[in-house]
Amino acid sequence: MALRHGRGVAAINYPTGMNLGGDPTQALVHSTPTGNFMVSLSSVDLGQGLKHIMAQLCAETIGVPTERVIVDTADTDTGPHCMGTFASRGTHRAGNAVIAASREARQVMLEVAATALEVNADDLDTDGQGNIHVKGAPSRAISIMDTALVAHFKQGRSISGRGIFLVPRSYPDAATGAMKPATCYAHACTVADVEVDDETGEVRVLAVKNVFEVGRALNPKIVEQQLVGGSWMGISHALYETTEPYYPSREHGPTDFNEYLMPGPGDLAQTETYVLERPAADGPYGAKGPGEMCANPQIPAIANAIFDAVGVRIDVMPITPERILKALLEKAAASPGAAS
Amino acid sequence: MAKVAIRFLLNGSEKAEFVESGTTLLDVLREKLADFSPKGGCLQGTCGACSVLVDGEIRLACLTLAETCEGCTIETAGGLAKDGVLHPLQIAFADGFATQCGFCTGGMIVASKALLDRNPAPSREDVIEAISGNVCRCTGYEPIIGAVLAAARANSTNKA
Repeated sequence: MALRHGRGVAAINYPTGMNLGGDPTQALVHSTPTGNFMVSLSSVDLGQGLKHIMAQLCAETIGVPTERVIVDTADTDTGPHCMGTFASRGTHRAGNAVIAASREARQVMLEVAATALEVNADDLDTDGQGNIHVKGAPSRAISIMDTALVAHFKQGRSISGRGIFLVPRSYPDAATGAMKPATCYAHACTVADVEVDDETGEVRVLAVKNVFEVGRALNPKIVEQQLVGGSWMGISHALYETTEPYYPSREHGPTDFNEYLMPGPGDLAQTETYVLERPAADGPYGAKGPGEMCANPQIPAIANAIFDAVGVRIDVMPITPERILKALLEKAAASPGAAS
Repeated sequence: MAKVAIRFLLNGSEKAEFVESGTTLLDVLREKLADFSPKGGCLQGTCGACSVLVDGEIRLACLTLAETCEGCTIETAGGLAKDGVLHPLQIAFADGFATQCGFCTGGMIVASKALLDRNPAPSREDVIEAISGNVCRCTGYEPIIGAVLAAARANSTNKA
């Protein structure tokens, strides 16, 4: 009986969003009279940073500082349609919709500025600081605040835009069955080091090293936050989370989240996280979905590491001490006399 | 049910309330005094989201009867910022991206303050021990541990 060490590797492809057609998200963008921009969405920010990312995307597309954008995700009864923030889809789906809406609003903004400056809208550009100028002639300029005021009070125009992201339905080819189930895949690879007590079946994850390919990290700190938390959740999926821990009868199972085990601060693996960026053709400025994706590769990596450590392959989650001990007993019974 | 009169100091200001006997400190803080920084997570004393300091000791407000706090000094995360200046722990949590959904943050900061008040230069293990009664479902804890250590370093730099 001993503590046995093992190392496992796993790599994943992870589709961004729901697939097989549809999966819509819509966005509306409009300027206030003072040239701030309002993004209306039904997509929900539950702490993953969606509102900030959407503000960045709108600001980048229209050409204003991020602080000039207000994101309202208040009400799914009244906001533009969104399927929801799940399946790693928020940044990609809502982001594409926000960019489309922002492009339309930017075009109106440039037309208003062109009329005010008596030039052609095609000859105008933004400086990203809140001003519009004639290309090659930066002194011939108007601020976006003045442009909004002119639109509201002189020209009678609404600087606004509509955006939608909708995946075209992919039907299977009649002859081959081939189809395109998703438009965008993120990738990840994890190496896990574990220590397995072959007397108690307990597993300790010593270290996980993760590489995540996320398209483009629109906000590197927010992406890192997702990946570090997600890596921990992947370990939790692999070893802890179940509504029926260790008990054969459902009656003895937990009834609420107080009894739903996840690793605490004393159970942390040494975690390393690296980001690779290979921009997606249909992503908002190349971004893919890192959210749910990042909690996946740890699971098969840990299962493989346990196999490496004690030679039993557990294919049911979570990999509990009980399951490991049963598998070790079965293995010993199958090869009597072999040294354990 | 009989009402009882209680008085205590909340984040430096005197409070007096009539509450139903048996009311928890958490309910008084949130529903009578509008301090929403302690959260009602599990309401069973397992998640730590309601953590507050009572006379400097960390307590779970969901399991603490308000009437036992008569004459006590209570501190919550909501009272840490003074005159618009954030507490070093709050700065470290923000700078270190140690909060996502934010539900655990108030309790985490209170638990961390209880640690730093008695041990201004904690080790990583000290921090883990101090926050082990607080559940976080977003961050994976690592950024929180890092933020508490950063706040301790910032404190020692300021005092040096």
